[in-house]
Amino acid sequence: MSNVGLAPPAHTNELSAHRQVALVDLLDRLLADGVVVVGELTLAIADVDLVHISLHAVITSAAQMSRTGHQPEIGEISGRSS
Amino acid sequence: MTAEPDTGVAAYTYGVARPFDPARIADLRGVDGAAVRLVRHEAVVAVVSALPSADVDDAALRARLEDLSQLEAVARAHHAVVDTVAASSVTVPFRLATIHRGEARVAEILRRGYPEFDAALERFEGQVELGVKVYARREDLVPAAASPLAAASSGRDYLRRRRAQADLQDRWWQRAVDTAQRVDTELGELVADRRHHRPQDPQLSGEDGENVLNAAYLVHGGRVAPFVERVAELDAEIPGVSVVVTGPWPPYSFAALEDDAATERDEGPTR
Repeated sequence: MSNVGLAPPAHTNELSAHRQVALVDLLDRLLADGVVVVGELTLAIADVDLVHISLHAVITSAAQMSRTGHQPEIGEISGRSS
Repeated sequence: MTAEPDTGVAAYTYGVARPFDPARIADLRGVDGAAVRLVRHEAVVAVVSALPSADVDDAALRARLEDLSQLEAVARAHHAVVDTVAASSVTVPFRLATIHRGEARVAEILRRGYPEFDAALERFEGQVELGVKVYARREDLVPAAASPLAAASSGRDYLRRRRAQADLQDRWWQRAVDTAQRVDTELGELVADRRHHRPQDPQLSGEDGENVLNAAYLVHGGRVAPFVERVAELDAEIPGVSVVVTGPWPPYSFAALEDDAATERDEGPTR
């Protein structure tokens, strides 16, 4: 039973090797993290951050288009941003 | 494909690892389907693949990463390589799109940064990263607001209800934040290190609820099972939130820390 720690209960079913991970979880890690080795052709850190931010906007709008009817109300967003 | 990848072919580096049997990556393909190779210096190998030089200038690279489908392809290829290597050997992932002008340059980087790479590999030995996200559903954390604003009978009534709703919003948000802190504190006691990512937009996660904690924990491989159990307990114990675990991941979220620490050391004493 001990090694089955990785054969998880239903709500943790992402805990298995080689299942396709959620892109958003992956990008959280790949764009914000990782050893930065400055090479001739490495994106500047600022550029990567910009890509990250604009990307979130892109995915958000794509997701909204495919899930119409679930947009948050303006008031829901404004109350918590700070 | 070509025998001499250093001429006119750039090298995409996925990360560094302890040397391991190259047979483990014989069939592995990286970005653009290129074969994965190892560049070795003493007890560290860089994991690389060739990248056509057409892709290799800042403008082309940036354009590519700004296209969502291309970015996804690069990210998934990067992850597939890092994940496979990490299954064979302790691995320090590099940031997405670390590209040099050829394997000879990578070898030079490896020599120059050897003490740092060696120390980072030492640190990650036996550790994996687990992601934990907490989602709070407002209607489960505070009772629903009774009357819709549209039913307000007068302007004053409207304002009163509007204010009541705003109070409810504040209370909900405070409870959500408290819950996230509780989860983070409890899980933090089980692990060697932790890191917080910015919360995800609910539209991105596809989850029902607001993402109030998006954290990564560096967990010893032998303690993954109890950690996951604790997450399941928290998920069951705390009403109104769901606590979700992802991974195990290669230690992506912790790989930048050594670098940051070095930077801080350089600048620290003057403060």
